Amino acid sequence: MTPEPEALRTAPAEIPAVRRFAWLLRRELWESRWIYLAPFAVTGLLLLGAVPGAFQMPAKMGKVAGLAPAAQHAALTDHYMIASLLLMATTFVVSLFYCLEALQSERRDRSILFWKSLPVSDLATVLSKTTVPFVILPLLTVVLAAVAHAVMLLLSSAVLMASGQGPGTLWARVSLPEMWLMLLYHMVTAHILWYAPIYGWLLFVSAWARRAPWLWAILPPLAVGVVERIAFGSSVLGDLLSNRFSGGPGGMGFTAASRTMDPLMQMTPGTFLASAGLWVGLVVAAGFVGGAVWLRRRRGPV
Amino acid sequence: MAVIEACGLRKVYGGNVALDGVDLRVEEGGILGLIGPNGAGKTTALNALLGLTPYEGELRVLGRDPWRERDRLMRDVACITDVAVLPRWIRVAQLLAYTAGVHPRFDRARAERFLERTTIRPTHKVRELSKGMVTQLHLALVMAIDARLLVLDEPTLGLDLLFRKQFYDTLLGDYYDKSRTLVVATHQVEEIEHVLTDVLFLDRGRVVLAIGTEALEERYREVAVRPEQVAAARALGPIHERQAVGRSVMLFDGGHGERLAALGEVRTPSIADLFVAVVGGQAQGAAR
Repeated sequence: MTPEPEALRTAPAEIPAVRRFAWLLRRELWESRWIYLAPFAVTGLLLLGAVPGAFQMPAKMGKVAGLAPAAQHAALTDHYMIASLLLMATTFVVSLFYCLEALQSERRDRSILFWKSLPVSDLATVLSKTTVPFVILPLLTVVLAAVAHAVMLLLSSAVLMASGQGPGTLWARVSLPEMWLMLLYHMVTAHILWYAPIYGWLLFVSAWARRAPWLWAILPPLAVGVVERIAFGSSVLGDLLSNRFSGGPGGMGFTAASRTMDPLMQMTPGTFLASAGLWVGLVVAAGFVGGAVWLRRRRGPV
Repeated sequence: MAVIEACGLRKVYGGNVALDGVDLRVEEGGILGLIGPNGAGKTTALNALLGLTPYEGELRVLGRDPWRERDRLMRDVACITDVAVLPRWIRVAQLLAYTAGVHPRFDRARAERFLERTTIRPTHKVRELSKGMVTQLHLALVMAIDARLLVLDEPTLGLDLLFRKQFYDTLLGDYYDKSRTLVVATHQVEEIEHVLTDVLFLDRGRVVLAIGTEALEERYREVAVRPEQVAAARALGPIHERQAVGRSVMLFDGGHGERLAALGEVRTPSIADLFVAVVGGQAQGAAR
């Protein structure tokens, strides 16, 4: 019986798994600084645009004064919604780019040989990269949008007070906690859970493709769709994909209806969680991420 | 205790046999030179040791299966596989912080002390460093890891003579001791041959010769044969003959004892010459 190798030397201090994982995440942010710089830049632009917007508030308040409370709400929360949507669109696009690069760039610059020389498993590595579109970017989006909303509201209030109108009506119609809750809910349902298979697919392609990951990400689904159309005259895959990108099972918040009625009514987690599409999508996403781990273990530099 | 034990190690890429039944044993404290022409399977063998590629056959590194337990194994194994694999976007300080963050045996202060002797600064990005400096940086990282096995695959390829010399001097002076084991695959064998304890010649995926350097010195003799003795020397059946400054230099495998001294100057062949004789001779045989 040979002794356990490490028994021959004094055991080194273990590094707790959580702290190691935090280093993996930090590494991702070092390598891809643009994933947070882009949302920050968009937030900056939004705030810049909020300044002239605030100065139009006294006139706007006059215009909405005669409307019903629900219509007032819709009119006054308009640009807060736009700010949220812009930020969400930004981080969504950033997530797409990030996922496609995540497991590709380390193989292209051969640094995978260095990363693999360290005692970090392929599972931990892929999970750290998965955490970026699933946790870090949504969180960043919510925080930045919340800050933008708060600054916009404060600016508007200040202008209204200076004009002698007082911000009372504005505050009565625009509720920050309500908007933040909606945003958070929409991020979790749509951007994390509903889009999960999109991120999963891109991570998988990123681990698989030797080059041109964009082509590999787009062409195979496109080809399958075309073949399906020619062979069966149907468009099941196309419908599935367009539903994944722009539709959804409902109950995710932020639909067209949310502008005319109480937006909190849009949050129906029951409807959302009862949708088969959600769960199928999550299983598919898990499959793709698992595939990426499998590939990370086997693929070397390209 | 054997640090590396391989038995019938085999690896096929597509239809290409990269390793064809390699047996290998490296004891603790040994310095093994893995020597072979391009495409001999050196890198494949090292990748198998480091858990970078699956394989057929038996392989144990520090008692572990590298393919199944790469991340655990890498706590005790350090390696430089190829030059310039450090990520180009990273800053030196980030590299040290990250390595310290994930590697329980990495001593950051030690790495910093090594770097102080160089012109590399913590604020440098890897892409701002010359090829030689990147190698210095990687060496500083590796030497700050308290590893039991160090694997080097052409660590100095493409570097100038000064950097190469400094690389091995630092490594052997400041890092290597009898509790560590080294495996080095290189073309520039003359730089390390005086420190090797074992050599393994690999050609087309097969082990051509595996021998300790002490046994090698006893077994192989090189004779610069005096012109009048050439016929007599050839009669003793050298395994290789080459011309050098007007003399026939013949390499003998074992035996002949004192008789060789009568033919000319006898010395131990360099590993490079032995390699040419053993592997080159086989290649000629195969060609015929």
